[in-house]
Formats: sequence, structure tokens, C-alpha cells
Amino acid sequence: MDFLRAASLDDALATKAQRPDIAPIAGGTDLMVAINFDHIRPSGLLDLTSVPELADWSESGGVIRIGAGVPYARIISELGEHLPGLAMASRTVASPQIRNRGTVGGNLATASPSGDAHPALLACAAEVELASVRGTRRLPVAEFFTGVKRSAAEPDELITAVHLARATGPQQFAKVGTRNAMVISVCAFSVALHPDRAEVGTGLGSAAPTPRRAVEAEEFLAGELTSRGMWTDPRPLPETVVTRFGELVAAAAAPIDDVRGTASYRRHALGVLARRTVGWTWDEYSTGRQTCA
Amino acid sequence: MRLNLTVNGRPHQADEAWEGESLLHVLRERLGLPGSKNACEQGECGSCTVYLDDVPVCSCMVAAGQAQGRAVRTVEGLADGDRLDAVQQSFVDSGAVQCGFCTPGLLVQAHDLIERNPEPTDAEIRESLAGNLCRCTGYEKIMDAVRLAAQRKAVS
Ligand SMILES: Cc1cc2nc3c(=O)[nH]c(=O)nc-3n(C[C@H](O)[C@H](O)[C@H](O)COP(=O)(O)OP(=O)(O)OC[C@H]3O[C@@H](n4cnc5c(N)ncnc54)[C@H](O)[C@@H]3O)c2cc1C
Ligand code: FES
Ligand code: FES
Repeated sequence: MDFLRAASLDDALATKAQRPDIAPIAGGTDLMVAINFDHIRPSGLLDLTSVPELADWSESGGVIRIGAGVPYARIISELGEHLPGLAMASRTVASPQIRNRGTVGGNLATASPSGDAHPALLACAAEVELASVRGTRRLPVAEFFTGVKRSAAEPDELITAVHLARATGPQQFAKVGTRNAMVISVCAFSVALHPDRAEVGTGLGSAAPTPRRAVEAEEFLAGELTSRGMWTDPRPLPETVVTRFGELVAAAAAPIDDVRGTASYRRHALGVLARRTVGWTWDEYSTGRQTCA
Repeated sequence: MRLNLTVNGRPHQADEAWEGESLLHVLRERLGLPGSKNACEQGECGSCTVYLDDVPVCSCMVAAGQAQGRAVRTVEGLADGDRLDAVQQSFVDSGAVQCGFCTPGLLVQAHDLIERNPEPTDAEIRESLAGNLCRCTGYEKIMDAVRLAAQRKAVS
């Protein structure tokens, strides 16, 4: 095994093109567990922590680009207002020490169905920026996940950033686990209201082989809000709408039984999370006051 | 691989580090600094917590090469000579140490908390220490110790 330190993105991409089997390392919070326990032995490590192009976030025209190497701790402290859903999700990851190192880029590359950034990225219709020596492309995050721990990234590509529109309405993220910290989710759910385009976004975690949206639930709620004129004249959400939204979210899940929970528990819990979080977002939308768990 | 890094203010060199080993391994096995503990090697317990360029991290999750040219501060670097840091003295005085295995990580993490937030609430203390497991104390004495350390730092 060798250790290569990339000083620039070009440098990193050239190495990845020559050696597609090299393991990029950012925060190391997934990779080092696997190496420490001898689960993997990559031919080499490519350290991305000194690549300036990955290290920061920026905003342009209402869209925020978060470099793949920005740790959760910075998303929480710097982007809570711009991207509340992703900041809330980041806040539930692991522990302070892990959040000081772990990155959204690493979370995406691992592509675990339980990755906590994923539901929030889905609800915000984020795009994943991928780069190689062949060029740069952007992919809707929903198309990025292709299977359990599999993604659309090509062997010579690096994840360079995610792009998300700055929030125009309330967003929520909620996660079921055995503790308040250091838990892989039993299931997780994120919802975002996008009043600028009269749309609703959702994301489900630990609910299927890949993180996924509940498209029918999104369309149902957006349709109800539009047909009742509630985007412009917010009134309390009818109980029947909240209930139906929860049912449609639960129906979008295809969970499994595993050590963390059963499929039926997950489906049930997703419905509960969906009802609660949509209630909180709607309260915030109609009153301007944020609620949280 | 040869590694150069600053640990507790002094330059150190580790020869023949394996490329896949962790900063924790470098500290304990190559630099003779066994203060940082290895209890899980998977980021779960926090007993290996050190400052990496002033940011507390699990040193078992940092690849050796990622520490090249960086400044590390371990539990051995908290005291000023023979004078314990207020966090260390408060752990002693509060009886927050039993077997002591979790203590080095808790000390570094609590040290950082009080640096950033001199008057932490109980909720903030719990949140900050959520990644540090203790199998002995039941955490109450640790809470006492961190409260005491914050008070002592405020008057010093
Ligand atoms: C104790 C503990 C608790 C955890 N709890 C949670 C949790 O609650 N929720 C959660 O979602 N996750 C959790 N994790 C998992 C982990 O912290 C996250 O997945 C984190 O986002 C990984 O980011 P990283 O930068 O540390 O990735 P790394 O470990 O550096 O890399 C992870 C993978 O991504 C690849 N990679 C990294 N960056 C890039 C890039 N830019 N382009 C292409 N490939 C790349 C690496 O080669 C590797 O395969 C936990 C981990 C630990 C150790
Ligand atoms: S040994 Fe590093 S977190 Fe447990
Ligand atoms: S004192 Fe023994 S683990 Fe904390």
C-alpha cells in the first residue's frame, strides 16, 4: 500500500485516472474502520484533505456548492440557515469528533442506505458533482444511488461537490435510533417545502436498498397545498392530508428486517416521522416559527 | 513511510510507519505516547481523542499520512509541566476516574468544550461528550468534573 497526498484537484484526478483502484480518503470515518479491521486492503490511499477545491462551500445565484471535503461540523455551524435540512441531518451524525472529520463527499461515496445526508439531499433535489480527467458532470442525487453501497460514480471519478438551492421554505430531518448520538438510523426521513416552485421534497433513509424519495407523497401534498390555495394563504393542514401524506411515505419504503429493526417497524416509523415533520414544517411555514424535536 | 509531525509542541519523526495505520498507532507504538487509548479502533468510544490542528478528532480514524506536517496535541500535552490543566485536576478532585481508560479522550474533548464554550450548560456538556464512552463511572462524576473545570477556568 502507498500513500499519496493530492495537492490540487487536477493532481487528484490524474492519480485516480491512472489508478482507479486507489482509495480516496477524506475524513477517514468509514474507510479507516474498514482498514483497521482488515475488511479492505486498498492498493493505496489518496488523501484529499489538502485539495483546496474540495475544502470550502460557496454560494452563487441562490445555489450553494458544498465541496466534498467540507466536514459536518462546518455544515452545522455555517449552513444552518441556508440549508436547514442538511444541517439538521449533519447534526445527528455520530459524535462531535466524527463530525469534525466526516464529510458529505464520503457519505455519498459510501452510498449506504443509512447515510444521514442522503434524505436531506434528496428532499432538496441536490445535484452531485463528479469529476475525472475526462471532465465534470452533475447528476441529480436520486440518480446517484444505484444499489446497496453502489453509486453512479465511475472508477476514475471523484465526487467533488454537492449543489443545493438555498432553502426557500422550512425543512426538517428526523431519525429513529436507540440513542441521541452515535447511531446508524433505524430509519430516517427528510421533508422540504419549496414554496418558490410550489413543490415538496422528501427523502427516506434506511428504508430501501438505496436512499429514495417518496414521489407520490410529494406530489400529493404539493397538489393539496396548491388546490387549496394554501401556499399563499396558509391555514392549518387538514388531518386527512397529514394522514395520507404519512401513508404515502410509508408506502414508498421497501425496507428489510435486520439487527436494527424489522421492515414493518420501519414502515410504521417512517409514517410517524413523515406526519410529525410535515406538521413541523407546515407550522413554521404558516407561523414563521421553527419547531424541532 | 517517513512521517514528520509536531506533537505537543515538539517536532517528531516516525520512520517506517505503515501507510494504512492510524495516527493513534503512530502515537502509541512509534512515538511512545500511550496516553491516547485504543479501545475500539472504530470511532465509537472516543478514548483516542486528540487535537489535530486544534480540532478534536478520533485519532484511530486519521490515517498516519494525513498527519504529515500537522500539529497534534494529546492528553500528554494538556498539563503545563507538573501543573495539571484545570480539566485534569477537576477529574481527579471529582472522582471522575475509575479504571481510567476513557479518561484521556474525555479530558481532550472536555478541554476543547471549555475552550470554545466557557460556560457550558449540562445539555451542552452531554452533547459534547456524546462520543466518549465510559464503562465505569455512570457519567455523573464526569459531569461534575466538567462543571468544576469550567468554574475553575472562569476564575483563573
Ligand atoms: C462511530 C461512527 C459513527 C457514525 N455514525 C454515522 C451516522 O450517524 N450517520 C451517517 O450517515 N454516517 C455515520 N458514520 C459513517 C461516516 O462517518 C460517514 O459516512 C461520513 O460521511 C464519511 O465521510 P468521510 O469523509 O469520513 O469518508 P471516508 O472514510 O474518508 O471515505 C468514505 C468512502 O468514500 C470514499 N471517498 C471519500 N471522499 C471521496 C470523494 N471526494 N470522491 C470519491 N470517493 C470518496 C472513500 O474512498 C471511501 O470509500 C459513522 C462512522 C463512525 C466511525
Ligand atoms: S479507539 Fe478511536 S474511537 Fe475508540
Ligand atoms: S473510568 Fe473506566 S471506562 Fe471510564
